Amino acid sequence: MKVVMAQRILRANDQVARDNRERLQGLTTVNLISSPGAGKTTLLEKTIAALKGEVVISVVEGDIYTTRDAERIAGQGADVVQINTEGLCHLDANMVGRALDQLDLAATDLVVIENVGNLVCPAEFDLGEDYKVAVLSVTEGGDKPAKYPLVFRQSHAAVINKSDLIPYTDFNLETVTEEIMTINPDLEIFVISARTGEGLEKWCAWLRDRVREKKS
Amino acid sequence: MHEIGLMTSVMEQITESARENGIERITKVKLVLGKMNGALPDALEFAWEIMTPESIFVGAALEIEQVDIVVECPKCGAESAVGEIAYFCPECGARATVKKGQEFYIDFYEGDERKEDTVEGSDGAEDSAGQRPGREG
Repeated sequence: MKVVMAQRILRANDQVARDNRERLQGLTTVNLISSPGAGKTTLLEKTIAALKGEVVISVVEGDIYTTRDAERIAGQGADVVQINTEGLCHLDANMVGRALDQLDLAATDLVVIENVGNLVCPAEFDLGEDYKVAVLSVTEGGDKPAKYPLVFRQSHAAVINKSDLIPYTDFNLETVTEEIMTINPDLEIFVISARTGEGLEKWCAWLRDRVREKKS
Repeated sequence: MHEIGLMTSVMEQITESARENGIERITKVKLVLGKMNGALPDALEFAWEIMTPESIFVGAALEIEQVDIVVECPKCGAESAVGEIAYFCPECGARATVKKGQEFYIDFYEGDERKEDTVEGSDGAEDSAGQRPGREG
């Protein structure tokens, strides 16, 4: 017997993502995606500090193992929940849903989900976020957008981090920006050094606007 | 590298459907996979090989249809196959919208029905009307 299903493979994840989105109505949710070591956590620490007093940020930290990143975020005074995927290469909507149970959403303006460091798999899983943001660091090399186009296509913004290291590498900012824009002409691009704080202002302004927009 | 997780989802959905349809063994599964997705057919096949023994999928064939990325131009209406990077109309250069290549679904499966099912069903009506193929998700 043949049974026609025409059913999305990620149907179960999509359903939970829809529930998460429902719960997150009124607040803004960003899903940060990058390779390991691109600087997501440092960017987030600096962002929390810069927006302190204006935007209340709560964080869902995704890591395969350890609670080190969550400890760094807690150090900034933000509410944080650590998810350890124990080997799994991405967060899924279910894990995020359980993490949301532990956050004080009523007191939050912006939820940032720091995905597991990986440019491939996280792009496929809707978590219920409003915006995906791809973080690319200078030291990874400028060829990454062309090698991993899906995450850049699905993102609303891209952060090029570690800009202070450009003089010491072959990273050509103009070429990389052009390539990213070819993949996704709608992308907002922020060139930042989370370490020195260069460019952070514009990125924070973008977040502030998104939060305001969602609330109104 | 998340193909095992994806295959788990495929097997769970089919197992549930098979139960509803009184199917006890799966003989074939067909997936449709657009090339915009990051999942690799080879890795999906590998996941299938290691996951299907000792399940209702044992010995079942897996067919994966890959769908090329096709864009449609909003200006000149041309439909063109494109690579994975730039989605612009090769005819007039305008930014094009994706028409095909995002697919990621279970198309159908085939399986053997439980034998007792035909003997069972004392009131008869359920037998002739029920277990109809072509169920939609």
